[in-house]
Amino acid sequence: MQQNELIPHLFRTEYRKIISVLCKLFGVEHIATAEDIVSDTFLLAAETWGLKGLPNNPAAWLYMVAKNKAVDFLRRDTLFKQKISNVLQEQDMADTTPEIDLSTKNISDSQLQMMFAICHPAIPAEAQIGLSLSILCGFGAEEIADAFLSNKETIYKRLARAKEKLRTEKISIAIPAQQEIESRLHTVLTTLYLLFSEGYYSASQNTGLRKELCLEAMRLNLMLTEHEQTNIPAANALLALMCFHASRFEARINKQGEMVLYEEQDETIWNKALIQKGEYYLTRASTGNTLTKYHVEAAIAYWHTHKADTLEKWENILQLYNKLLQIEYTPIAALNRTYALSKANGKKEAIIQAEKLQLTNNHLYHSLLGNLYTSIDDAKALQHTKQALALAKTTADKETILKKINSFK
Amino acid sequence: MKEFLLIFRREHIASEPALSPEQLQAMMKPWQDWIGNIAAQNKLANSGNRLEADGRVLKTGNIVTDGPYVEIKEAIGGYIIVKANSLEEATELAKGCPILMVGGNVEIRTIVSMN
Repeated sequence: MQQNELIPHLFRTEYRKIISVLCKLFGVEHIATAEDIVSDTFLLAAETWGLKGLPNNPAAWLYMVAKNKAVDFLRRDTLFKQKISNVLQEQDMADTTPEIDLSTKNISDSQLQMMFAICHPAIPAEAQIGLSLSILCGFGAEEIADAFLSNKETIYKRLARAKEKLRTEKISIAIPAQQEIESRLHTVLTTLYLLFSEGYYSASQNTGLRKELCLEAMRLNLMLTEHEQTNIPAANALLALMCFHASRFEARINKQGEMVLYEEQDETIWNKALIQKGEYYLTRASTGNTLTKYHVEAAIAYWHTHKADTLEKWENILQLYNKLLQIEYTPIAALNRTYALSKANGKKEAIIQAEKLQLTNNHLYHSLLGNLYTSIDDAKALQHTKQALALAKTTADKETILKKINSFK
Repeated sequence: MKEFLLIFRREHIASEPALSPEQLQAMMKPWQDWIGNIAAQNKLANSGNRLEADGRVLKTGNIVTDGPYVEIKEAIGGYIIVKANSLEEATELAKGCPILMVGGNVEIRTIVSMN
C-alpha cells in the first residue's frame, strides 16, 4: 500500500480503536481531548512518515505516540487537579506512569463499551448515528454531512450537543449491568439498523460513501455477535438482515449510478458469500423465544434472495409482512405487504386493500397503485404514476417513475 | 381514535378435530390475511388471542359449570382490538372476518377507556 493510501486506511481502522481506549481511560467528559490526541497523532504520522519514511509497524507507531500523548495529558490533568484542589500527595508525581492498556482485548472491549455509551437512550437517535459515525467509524464531519444531506456546520453542532449530553448525563463508558443489557442493546440495535438504512436507502448520490455506511453498520453489529454478553438472537437477526440486503449492493446500482429495481436486477451478481453469511446468522438467531422485527425482516430478506417468482415465495413473504405489521406498523411495511398480497392473492384483492391504506402523500403509495392497476385499468395506472412523479423527491426516484410513465405510451 | 373489541363467536364444537400442519396453515391464512389488512391500515391495537373450546363458568355460590355453552349454542372463539374513529368504521373493519365464512359472527364493542 502506498503511503498516501496508508494513512487514510489506518485512520479508518485504527482511529476508533485508539479513541475508544482513550475515552474509556479519560472518562466521557474528555472525549474532545481524546479526539485531539488521536488527530494530533495522525497529523504527526503524516509529517514524520513523509520525512523519514514508514516505520516498521505503522499501527504500533500510532499506538505508541497516542499512548505518550495520553500519558502527558493524564500527568498534566492530575497536576492541574492537585493545584486547584490544593491536595498534596505524598508520592512523587514522576514515579507514577499511568497505565494505558492497548491490548487487543481492551481495544475490543472499549469499542463495545463506547458503543453502549453513544447509544444511550438519553441521546437523540439522529445524534447517536452521528456520534457513531464520528467516533466508532472515524468519519469526518464532511462525510457525515454528505450522508445526511446536511452541511458541515449543522453536523458539528449536532455532534457537540451530543457530546455535551454525554457529559451532563454522566454516561459511563461501560457494558450495562446484566439486568439492563437487553433493553440497552435494543437502543444499540436500533442505531445500527438506522445507520445501515441510512446507507442503503439514503438519497445521497455518493454511492461509495453509502456502501461504506452499510459496511460500518455491519462491522459494529458483528462486534456484538462476537461478545458473549451481547450475542443475543436479535443481534444475529439484524446482522442476517444486513447480509441479505448487502448481497445486492452490486446489482442494485448500474454503471451510470442509477438504481436498478429488484425485478430488473441481474441475480448472477448477487453476492452468494453474503447470502450464505446471512443464512448462517439467521440460523443463529433462531434460538430463544423472542421474535423481534429483525427476525421477521431478515426472513423477508431471505425470501428475496430467491429470484424466481413462485407462489410459495410470495405466500411466505405475505405472511411475514402480516406478522411484521402486528409487531410494528410502518407505511413502507404496509406498502410492501400490499405488493406481496397482489403476488400471493391476486391484484384485485390487493387493489381493494391498497385503496384503504390512505398513504396519499407518499409517492411509493401511488407507484404501488400504478403498478396494481396496470393492465386492469391503465388510465388509473397512469394517473397514479403521474401523482407519484409529482410527489417524488430524489432524482433517482423521479427517473425510475418517468421510465414507468413512458412505458404506458 | 377509540378502541373496539371484536369478539368472534361461532357454534360451539365440543372437541375440535386435530388438524395436520397443512390444514392448520390453510385455516390460519384467511385469519392472518384479514388481520394483516387491518394492521396495514395501522388500525390494529392488539392482535388478541384465540381461545380453546374447553372452559369453565363460575357462578354465584361457587357453582362451576362446563362453560356457557349449556345455555347458548355459541361460544367465543377469539378476539382482537382495533382502532377506529367510530363504531361504524370498526364494523367496516370487521367485514371480511373469516368467522363469517363458517356461519359465525363478530360482535363489535366500544372499549371504555379507564383513564
